[in-house]
Amino acid sequence: MSEQMKNTALFVLVFAMIALTGIMQSWNVALLILNMGLISAIMALGVNLQWGFAGLFNVGVMGFVALGGLAVVLTSAAPVEGAWSAGGWRIVIALLAGAGTIVGTVMVRQRMAAGRARNIATIVLLLGGFFLYRGIFDPGVEAVEAINPALQGNLGGLNLPVLMAWPMGGLLAAGVAWLIGKTALGLRSDYLAIATLGIAEIIIAVMKNEDWLARGVKNVVGLDRPVPYEIDLQNTSSFVNRAEGLGLDPATASSLFVKLNYSILFAIVLVLIFVAAQLALKSPWGRMMRAIRDNEVAAEAMGKDVTNRHLQIFVLGSAVCGVAGAMMTTLDGQLTPGTYNPLRYTFLIWVMVIVGGSGNNLGAVLGGFLIWFLWVQVEPMGLFLMELITSGMAEGSGLKKHLIDSAAHMRLLTMGVILLLVLRFSPRGLIPEK
Amino acid sequence: MDFLNALVALSNFVIIPAIAYGSQLALGALGVTLIYGILRFSNFAHGDTMAFGAMLAVLITWWFQSMGVSFGVLPTALLALPFAILGTMALVLITDRMVYRFYREQKAKPVILVIVSMGVMFIMNGLVRFIIGPNDQKFADGERFIISVREFKAMTGLKEGLAIKTTQGITVVVAIIAVALLFWFLNRTRTGKSMRAYSDNEDLALLSGINPERVVMYTWLIVAALATTAGVLYGLDKSFKPFVYFQLLLPIFASAIVGGLGSPLGAIAGGFVIAFSEVTITYAWKKVLKYLMPESLEPSSLVQLLSTDYKFAVSFVILIVVLLFKPTGLFKGKSV
Repeated sequence: MSEQMKNTALFVLVFAMIALTGIMQSWNVALLILNMGLISAIMALGVNLQWGFAGLFNVGVMGFVALGGLAVVLTSAAPVEGAWSAGGWRIVIALLAGAGTIVGTVMVRQRMAAGRARNIATIVLLLGGFFLYRGIFDPGVEAVEAINPALQGNLGGLNLPVLMAWPMGGLLAAGVAWLIGKTALGLRSDYLAIATLGIAEIIIAVMKNEDWLARGVKNVVGLDRPVPYEIDLQNTSSFVNRAEGLGLDPATASSLFVKLNYSILFAIVLVLIFVAAQLALKSPWGRMMRAIRDNEVAAEAMGKDVTNRHLQIFVLGSAVCGVAGAMMTTLDGQLTPGTYNPLRYTFLIWVMVIVGGSGNNLGAVLGGFLIWFLWVQVEPMGLFLMELITSGMAEGSGLKKHLIDSAAHMRLLTMGVILLLVLRFSPRGLIPEK
Repeated sequence: MDFLNALVALSNFVIIPAIAYGSQLALGALGVTLIYGILRFSNFAHGDTMAFGAMLAVLITWWFQSMGVSFGVLPTALLALPFAILGTMALVLITDRMVYRFYREQKAKPVILVIVSMGVMFIMNGLVRFIIGPNDQKFADGERFIISVREFKAMTGLKEGLAIKTTQGITVVVAIIAVALLFWFLNRTRTGKSMRAYSDNEDLALLSGINPERVVMYTWLIVAALATTAGVLYGLDKSFKPFVYFQLLLPIFASAIVGGLGSPLGAIAGGFVIAFSEVTITYAWKKVLKYLMPESLEPSSLVQLLSTDYKFAVSFVILIVVLLFKPTGLFKGKSV
């Protein structure tokens, strides 16, 4: 069987499973899986850029996904009336002062000779800068958060169309990734992993606590949508007529129509990013990246700037994750910082890349769809399995109830088993790198 | 008097909690550092190993309680601890046999082992949730306080009270015993010496006839014991919740790295460095300062440098600073 046929067969298999879901459960569920599968595939492409192309061990995916979500609020939400004049500028000035402190300290450290005087200067500058920053920052935050706290209390956004938020999500993630890369990328692979793990937690902590930014754990709901609302469709006579022509009731038809619209939008983004990633992989730049990945020392001896190339691909990969994060928040219609969890948003994406085939873009996309499908469907499958196992047990027994209740936790177990099996028996993934 | 009050407030809210938390981190970091020294990879499943051990202890404790067995003023969980350790030992040995050994024989790169440990992490996490569920479980019993606030106030007549929870006392005592045993084992026994030799120089150790599989097995056994102890102590002190153990991974790694990966002494020092920084930076200092400053200068705000949710940021910043300025950690660790 030729390679192309095998790959096609794998994709057909995954989409057939999704279609089967549509026939057996409902098309709504199938489209939900498809939409999140598309987003997952984009996230997997981002991680594949970093890990597959360059061998960067980034386990902070969650942070960049969340930043993408934040960008949706900052771009598309309406600005909160009076927030900027009340304290918004103050916050901006405080943040600039904070950044200035750090830059100033670094510059002073470069100018001064090493020794006690330099250490004292560093500490004095940092402490002084911190109190200055808090001094400007706190009143501003208080003023902004006092505005209509039950519904707003944040700065709001730029009121731009929500589709603009997707590239903005990428830009925001890229900017933060650049800052992180500048400090952390020199680290060895294990250290980089732990550092990125920490950064992701910090990004989430900031989003949860800084209410002025996007209301923190109070969540922002009712974000704009790039597609029509179901209720509007149901009130449009032409849509209702067409739905009835297809033999569907308007409620189902409208919800399917909206999801299909999302699918088309997401598919366009996926194709764009996939093509770009393929071109990058096959370009001289991509070959250089793989050369660096396979032997850093040799690549450096050939005159390649390893540090800067690493920084470049770290920023690019994170930007892709940011775009996916923005798309996800748009799909949800709300930003809920409390729901970001590293198992789901970092490690699951890693499972997708490893299972699909690291270093191969097609593999990453396949992994995204397949693993997402399993992540959703393992729960009902587990429930079915548990009911089968416990069918012989006495009705109302404690163990039976426990087993059935615990079926929901099967998905983590399954993901672990899949990851270990693939690593053991097919370490290069389903579609290996060429 | 004011100075004494300030000191008591400081001990009550900063020093004592930080010592307890630091001991828990140190025990966790010792496990990470041992794996790193002997098996040469960062074990992402360590937090979940702790959760598994603690879960076993919780279940055994409940069983003991239902049979009416108790440990007097001490928590029953201490009686359950040895059994939980045995169970965790079995789990990690099975994991090693089924998962890690294959990659050891292949001489896989450390980063592959890290990814493998991610898979193990998923499985253990799922297992714990499957067995006990994702919710908070309380299993501490016995006397709650060694000294309660009221007793302390009556005893000393100070305005500030000092409370020492039994769990905090137990944490420190158990941690000291565990560390003493560990160091005795590593420095005095033949197996311990062979472990250190293997960690220092694998080839030389193999040449001198040390059986690597034996060394690895003992490492896992010790790690299981340390992880379970750390998990149970943390659970007693706070409460048992599977997800929290996963989140402990970051401060634990930070402790191990700050101390120098592969160095047991460093892991302990790192644990306390991280714990003290986390607690002091997220503590609202107003209570202490109000005793030390003249009334006119009394701070109006809480004087909290960062809100408690930023404690991850603290471990992370220390981690980065140490890595940038002293990449091998405070005590010379190794870099593979």
